[in-house]
Amino acid sequence: MIEDATTLVDELGKKFDYVEVNEQSTVIIPADKLLEFMQALKDDYGMDFLTNETAADYPEENKFEVVYNVSSIENGITIMVKTSVDRDNPELPSVFSVWGGANWQEREIYDLMGVVFTGHPNPKRILLDYDYEGHPLRKDFQWKGGRE
Amino acid sequence: MAVDNGKQIKTAQKDIWPAEYFGDNPDYKEPPELSRLIHLTTVDKVLNLARGYSIWPLGFGLACCAIEGLMATQDPRYDLSRFGWEVNRGTARQADVMVVCGTVTTKAANFIVRLWEQMTEPKWCMALGGCAISGGPFVDSYHVVPGVNKLIPVDVYVPGCPPRPDAVIEGYLMLQAKILDNRKFLEKYKGKVVTG
Repeated sequence: MIEDATTLVDELGKKFDYVEVNEQSTVIIPADKLLEFMQALKDDYGMDFLTNETAADYPEENKFEVVYNVSSIENGITIMVKTSVDRDNPELPSVFSVWGGANWQEREIYDLMGVVFTGHPNPKRILLDYDYEGHPLRKDFQWKGGRE
Repeated sequence: MAVDNGKQIKTAQKDIWPAEYFGDNPDYKEPPELSRLIHLTTVDKVLNLARGYSIWPLGFGLACCAIEGLMATQDPRYDLSRFGWEVNRGTARQADVMVVCGTVTTKAANFIVRLWEQMTEPKWCMALGGCAISGGPFVDSYHVVPGVNKLIPVDVYVPGCPPRPDAVIEGYLMLQAKILDNRKFLEKYKGKVVTG
């Protein structure tokens, strides 16, 4: 039984050798270890709820950062997990198999950022039209205004 | 008695009958007793009378304007039912006016047009609030249609963000004047109204 988030984050940093912990107690993991790490979080540490999943665009470093806020309802703690993905070929495994709540959130990230989640049950756009071209939340997104 | 009939009758009638029955009065052919009882008009005018006093709106709340335009306007304080227009239809087949309340996104554009085409003639459209009129504050966004008039013909524009319920009722009154072809009412709004 882990009482607070910093204890959990320290423990994760000790246990997994690929885990980085920065000064904000954010857990940073490589993309290829994502699924096994998340599964371990859920099974071994009781993190049973994906509060939020989102992404940020860093064109200078040519990467997207995908951010997961994972909570434990039982213990009342929340940690932030980050992973980076290449901007030219943004593909990540879907965590839908771990937390069902990832379904719509990953659809939204695909819709607005263009990160493709492999293994997602329904990888379609969710907010914009299905035939919309481009991903508007990317920083290099160019668009001619609707104003006349 | 051999007299000039016409002349005599004329003088006699001038004394007995009121003056408006004779001479160059255009109402001569329509005496007031009759005009109270009989109206000569077109069927269209009668139908429009019925339409204008029983507008059934198709509630079409897309965003925050729906709270003002569809809810507050029909609540007890402003009470659209006073005019006989409150019967909000959930189905397009039974509605007369589509009240577009809120931001029209490109994804919503499809079914706005579809519902508009499902509505039976005669039909009218009210654009409520800045978003429905022109895109409003979101006009530069990547998925907002700059005004519902890009999709369907609009009869009444009610500006505001959001419009007050009084403004919505005024919009309904203008729509009624348009249906009844009540030019006198619309001329009060000179510069704001285009009369066809």
